Formats: sequence, structure tokens, C-alpha cells
Amino acid sequence: MINIKKEFNFMGVRRIAAIFSILLILVSIGSLAINGLKFGLDFTGGSLVEVTYDQPVELEVVRGHLRGAGYGDAVVQTFGSANDILIRLGEAHDPQLGHTILEILQQEADGTVTLRRNEFVGSQVGEELREQGGLGLLVALIMVMIYLAFRFQFKFSVGAVLALAHDVIIVLGFFSLMQIDFDLTVLAALLAVIGYSLNDTIVVYDRIRENFRILRVSESIEVLNTSLNQTLSRTIVTSLTTMMVLVVLAIFGGEMIYGFAIALLAGVIIGTYSSVYVAGNILLLLNVTREDLIPPPPKEEEEEELVP
Amino acid sequence: MLNRYPLWKNLLIVLVLVIAAIYAAPNLYPEDYAVQISGSRAVHQVDDRIMAQAVNVLEQQGISFKSAELENEAGMIRFDSGDAQLRARAALTTGLGENFVVAMNLAPTTPDWLTAIGARPMTLGLDLRGGVHFLMEVDTVQAVTQRLEVYASDIRTTLREQRIRYRSVELEDDGRLVARFADVEARDQAQSRLRRDFQEFAFETAQQDEAWFLYVTLNEQTVRDIEDYAIQQNLTTLRNRVNELGVAEPLVQRQGRNRIVVQLPGIQDAAAAKRVIGQTANLEFRLEALSDASRAATEVFEFRNDPDRRATLERDIIITGSSVANANATFDENGMPQVSITLDARGGQMMSRVTRNALQRRMAVVFVEHKTRTVMERVDGEMVERRIPYTEKRLISLATIQSVLGNQFRITGLDSPRESSELALLLRAGALAAPIYFVEERTIGPSLGEANIKMGVTSVQIGFALVLVFMAFFYRVFGLLANVALTLNLVMIVAVMSMLGATLTLPGIAGIVLTVGMAVDANVLIFERIKEELRSGSPVQSAIHSGFSRAFSTILDANVTTLIAAVILFAMGTGPVKGFAVTLSVGIVTSMFAALVITRALVNATYGGRKLQKLWL
Repeated sequence: MINIKKEFNFMGVRRIAAIFSILLILVSIGSLAINGLKFGLDFTGGSLVEVTYDQPVELEVVRGHLRGAGYGDAVVQTFGSANDILIRLGEAHDPQLGHTILEILQQEADGTVTLRRNEFVGSQVGEELREQGGLGLLVALIMVMIYLAFRFQFKFSVGAVLALAHDVIIVLGFFSLMQIDFDLTVLAALLAVIGYSLNDTIVVYDRIRENFRILRVSESIEVLNTSLNQTLSRTIVTSLTTMMVLVVLAIFGGEMIYGFAIALLAGVIIGTYSSVYVAGNILLLLNVTREDLIPPPPKEEEEEELVP
Repeated sequence: MLNRYPLWKNLLIVLVLVIAAIYAAPNLYPEDYAVQISGSRAVHQVDDRIMAQAVNVLEQQGISFKSAELENEAGMIRFDSGDAQLRARAALTTGLGENFVVAMNLAPTTPDWLTAIGARPMTLGLDLRGGVHFLMEVDTVQAVTQRLEVYASDIRTTLREQRIRYRSVELEDDGRLVARFADVEARDQAQSRLRRDFQEFAFETAQQDEAWFLYVTLNEQTVRDIEDYAIQQNLTTLRNRVNELGVAEPLVQRQGRNRIVVQLPGIQDAAAAKRVIGQTANLEFRLEALSDASRAATEVFEFRNDPDRRATLERDIIITGSSVANANATFDENGMPQVSITLDARGGQMMSRVTRNALQRRMAVVFVEHKTRTVMERVDGEMVERRIPYTEKRLISLATIQSVLGNQFRITGLDSPRESSELALLLRAGALAAPIYFVEERTIGPSLGEANIKMGVTSVQIGFALVLVFMAFFYRVFGLLANVALTLNLVMIVAVMSMLGATLTLPGIAGIVLTVGMAVDANVLIFERIKEELRSGSPVQSAIHSGFSRAFSTILDANVTTLIAAVILFAMGTGPVKGFAVTLSVGIVTSMFAALVITRALVNATYGGRKLQKLWL
């Protein structure tokens, strides 16, 4: 199948890759600062009612009914099909609201309206979730860094965590740019992205570590290039299979899973890119050498190596 | 190097797989629509007679059922359709009377031999089976305030009994109790007496003009104990109330420091459930004040059904609703609704002690309700919602004490039969020790639950099929071997989830799909390594061997880091996110076993132990 005979010079384009990454991050941070994230109900608090009509219904009609009852600020949208209507109310602080809305719609509609989902989240709970989610991401990053510093070496753990932060920021930026709802399942997806992106980076790092020990070349850049080429077909195969199931999830999983699948898809794409171009790049920036991975040799040898 | 597994290793793998298959099996049996009949109180046991009565009711109504049997002191009647289940529930609720609770349920059809070894199907989360989820916050501040009011009453009693003259004992807004005295001796006397009687108090003194003050605060530990007690008490009360609602497999659990989560699968009428669960009413029994009583010792209340009528009551409470052991809604001689009450031993003692000295005085029943008003406020330019709790206390009845009351008496003066039956239910289930607020509510309709399951299963099937085709195409024989391992991996995930009694949620299904995608990774790593070894000229058997052993450390590191993320997700997440974290963690562990052990065994069985010139990979 893919028998890659050709050696790619991945690190040769590392300056272009770095510029590309920095650009992406700047755009992401910019969008996050300007647009912010479109937080879903879980994080903002408020009410959400999902109903099904027995026949397709015009959104304007539903809006009219709600406006007539004094809920002019309700956001009404279809959810999956034209029969399925999702109604959101922002700063609602009345837990009874969902039932009231259902009653209004049932009175006004010609056919029957059935309740599919009614959610109310207090604003305090939402705020706590936001804090907890951020904290969760941070704790995960720190724990992983400690594990990697212990298993590899400090420079590697910095590289992996920076590559990871790169991925998370860009996925967040993507959600902010596209204004896709950011809810609890997306947060879960983001944490799964952490897992996936790390997985990818570590496979590459593992090979770099091994090659530093066995290859008799002096240039770090060569070691990195060889390692990336050796792991390339694995990187491609794994990314492809994972992306395949995620596309299936996005198409067949239903609306409630859509955000989750999209977040992971974005994460897998960016994670694959970063494990090739970013993770190695950072190692070079940190000036990684063989000595970082093998026990320090006797003194004379070290002096010899300093003189090329 | 012949790549053979010793027999014991192969047998061990087979054993693991057989166990996995057995424990995954219950999930293959579809669930029956069922209703569950249980006694509303311990005295009402479901027995064969009740079951015969239930079957009779169903036959009269022409509702067909699959089976009716007695399981663990509860009746379980199974139906073919959800419609029959709904009609049966309505028929049985009226047919069996209020002594029995009829709950809708989904009954597993797991064969007995599987149940006997503890194999059960996975429980489905609310997002997959429909139901109501509430998250409630316990107002612990209010709990402490309530307790302080009781302490104030205790202090007054102590001082009176010791004949220490005081002007007043009040609860301040800052949560301190303050006792005022006319002279310094009385205050010091009071302080030393209270210090002896109440170890949990801390004291402070002050003097202003002609008044001497004694400030009493509770120590830290006591405050925490009160809070904990309030939450425990609320949990018990909520469990009782949920049981009265008739829900099969409800969940009532503490979450975090001061929250309680309640999940009621199958319930659709969230409003009704909420009215019963969130009811914060309680009763207080007090004597009417004597006309010469000092104003500090009395309080004025309005009547509930006539706000213009008022009565002055003593500040001291005889007993509250928490001393009620049993309560039933009945009617008096005139056909007016009333509640017959039985007090517990301590409550009965208190009642007879107080009423013995108060014959011909009047006793009041006060209806106490904790309510909240939510207001939006602007704080630093941001709209913040703030809850202002307030307590509404109204008189239900004021009646002359004709004789010494024991532990049985009646409350009259209620408006309607519905009110008397709700009050009786409330008194039976117990009052909440502290007010609760609903901070989150989710109702998921059964149709959405079914749709979610269907979509979830479809995506697992399609995703899995695609991965299988891809692997077979890409790695040929090795791909097929990996596919066997992947399939077994899926069985193991389901088995472990069932054994753990984990709840399957929609994100959980997504987690399984993701695991399927990621589980190939370990196989890919191994196969690519073997390819490399072959390319560098190693003989076939040693290429296989070093392929597995070299990929091992990579697989380990990569999976451990992902596991760290999953565990943190589990620790910080709630509900659906937790479900996702569980499937992801389980999936990581089983997929490592599948790739490193099962695939290895399969490869060994296929290629091991013979000389090979070429490997079709």
C-alpha cells in the first residue's frame, strides 16, 4: 500500500511551519478575544426546550406564538429536522419556564406538540462548570507534563505540552470562529483531543528518543527527520481510521453528538499536523541533543565533542 | 525465535474472553416494558394475594400481559408494548389503592443462569431512556440559622429554669445570638451556666449604657456538623419522597459540598415530581400566648385562609413536623378534610408534658414554608441573579386543648382533600432539614431517548465496519487478525462496563466509537514496526518478535498519557461527561490488552513455530 520510499525533509520547512502555526494561534486568540466562545446552555445557564411537531412548522410561526406570550427574546431554531424545534431562553431564572413554553405551543399549534427535552441550568452552576472545565484542562496538562518529564526528559515534556496547548488553542479558536455551540460534550471532546494529540506526539517522541540512542549521526535535525519519516505511515493510518469514525459520528450520531464529533475531528487534524511539524520543531528550538537522553559520558569525551 | 505462546498463556486468553463474553451477553437480551408494584410502607407487603388482585384488575380492563411474578418482595408485571404498560399503570394505581406504589420500569430479560453469576446489562443513562434529572442546592446557611433559632429557645428555657433574669435573647443578622441583661452579675452567671450546658458555644461580652450583652457564636466544627446533618437529612427525606412518587431505580445522591442530584428514569411529568420533591413545608405546634406575656416571648401570625385574622403565639415551639411518625389524610364528622397524626415517642412526651399544664389554653398549628425570590442585580456591570430566601409562616388552626394530648391527634382547618393528602404525604416522608433550590433540571422525552440509542448504535456499526474494511485492505492477513482482536475488544468494553455497573450515556457511546478508531493505533504501531524490521532485512520470525517488543514502550507511553487525561475527566466531570470518561478509560485498557496480547496470540498461532521466507504484510 503506502510504501513511502521517499524521505521527506519535514524539518526543512520548519520555519514555514512555525510561521503557519503562529499565524493560526494568533487568529485563534484574536477570535477568542473578539468573538469569544458561543457557550451552550451548560455553561451560561438558562432554559432550553426541544419539542417535536407532528408536521413541519415555520420558525416564524413559532416565534410569533412565543412573542405573543411575552417571550420575544427566545431563540428559535430547527434541530435536525423541520419538525424538531429548539427554543432557548437566555437569562431565564425561572425553573418552571420550560413547562410554560410547552403549554403555550400546545395551545397555539394545530397538531400535537410533544416535549423531547426540557433543560434548565442555573447561572451559578454554569459558571462553576466553566471554572471546573478550565481547571480540568490545566490539571491534565500538568499531570501529563510530570509523567513525560519522568519517562523522557524535561525538554520533551515541554515540547509535548506546548504542542498540546497549540492544538487546544486552535480547536478553541475554530469553535469561536465558526460560532459552534460550546457545551459539556464539546468540553469532553476537548479533553479527548488532549489524549489523542498526546498519543500522536508521544509516538513520534518515542522514536526520536530511540534514534538518538542508536543512530550515529551528530545533527539533531537529521535524527528528527528520520524519526518522522519512520513513523509517517503509522501517523497517516491512525489519523485516517480515527477521522473515518468521527465523520460517521458527525453524520449519523445526531445533533446532540455533532459538536462533539466536529471538535474531535478538528482536534485530530490539528493534532496530526502538530505531531509532525510542531512537536519536533520545539525540540529543535530547545536545542535537544543526544546528551539529553543518554547518561552523561566521562568528562574528556564531552570536551572532545565540543570541538567538531 | 519461533514466536509461540506457551499453552497456559493461550488458555488464559481464552478464559478472559469467555468471561468477557458471558458478562457482555445480558446486553443482547431486549428489555420488557413492565410495571413494578411495591408497598408504600413497610407494613404493606406485596404478596400472592396482592398479585392475584393486580392480575384480576388487568383482566377486567382487558390489558394483556406477558407475565406477573413476585421478585424480592416486589411485583413485576411484564407487557409487550409501552401502550399496555401505560394503561396498566393507570388501572393498577386506582385498583390497588394508595397503600401500594405502581412504577413504570424496563425489566431485563436476562436468563436466570446469567443473573445467578451477577451478569447484568448496562444501565442506560437518562439521555438514552428518558426521564427527569434535577440538581438541587441545599441552603446550608438557612440550616444553621434554623438551628440557631432552636438554640435561642433553648437558652431562654435554661435561663428561666435557672432563674437568671434576662431582657431578651435574639438572633442577629450576622448569625450571632445576643442575650441582653440588666446587670453584669446576671450576665456572668448566665455565661458560666451556658458554658457548662453548651460546649459548642463561643462567648463574647459587651456593655453599652445600662445594658450588658452576651454574644454567642457556634464553633466551626458545630457549624460543619449542622451543614452535614442538613444534607444527610435532606437526602433521606428526598429518598422517602421519591419512593412515594413510585419510580423504579431512582437515583438520589449527594454531589459536591452542598448539592443533591435526583434522577427519575421514566418519569415524564416533571412538574408533578417537582412539586412533591421540592416541597419545603413543615409544621410547628405552639401555644397561644397568655395575655400577660412579654412581647419578647411572643410572635404574631396571620391565618392562612383569612389574612385579616391574627393570633399571638408563644415563641417557643412544642414540636415540629419532624416528630411525626405517621400521617394520614382523612375526613372529620362533618366531611371536612383533616390529617390524623401519630407522633414519635419523644414528640409524644413533649406534647403531653406541655399540654398537661395548658389545659383550656389554645394550641396553634403553624404552616411553615421556605420560599425564595429571585432578583437580577447589576454587580460590576454584570447581571447576576441573587436568591433571597424568606420564610412564610401562617396559621392553619387554633384550637382549645380539651385534654392532655398524647402521641395521636388530628389537624383540622385544611382547605381541600388535595391539601390534606399532600400535607399527610409530606409529614410521612419527613420535612427537609434545610430549604433546597433547583439549580438544574433536565427532562428527556422517551422518543428522544430511543432516537439517541438508534443513532448511537448506527454510528458504532458503520464506524466499526469501515475500520474493519480499512484494516483488512491495508494489512491483509495481519489486518484480519487485528480485526478479530478489535471485535473482541468491543466485547470486552461492553463486558467491563456491565461488570462495573457503569451507566451508558450518549457521550459514552461516542467514547466507544472513538475507542474503536483509536484502538487500531496499537495494531498499526506493531505492524509498521514489523514492516520496518522486514525492510531492514531481518528474518520473518525475528521481525515479528522485535516488532511487538519495540512497539511496546511506545504503546505504553501513549496510552498512559491518554489515560491520565481520561481519569482527570472522570474526576472533574459530572453526568454524561463522566460516562464518556469511563468508556474512554475502559477502552484504553482493553484495547492495549487486545493489541499486545490477543493480536500477538493470533499472530503466533498463524505464523509462529514454522520457517517462513516471506510475510504478506
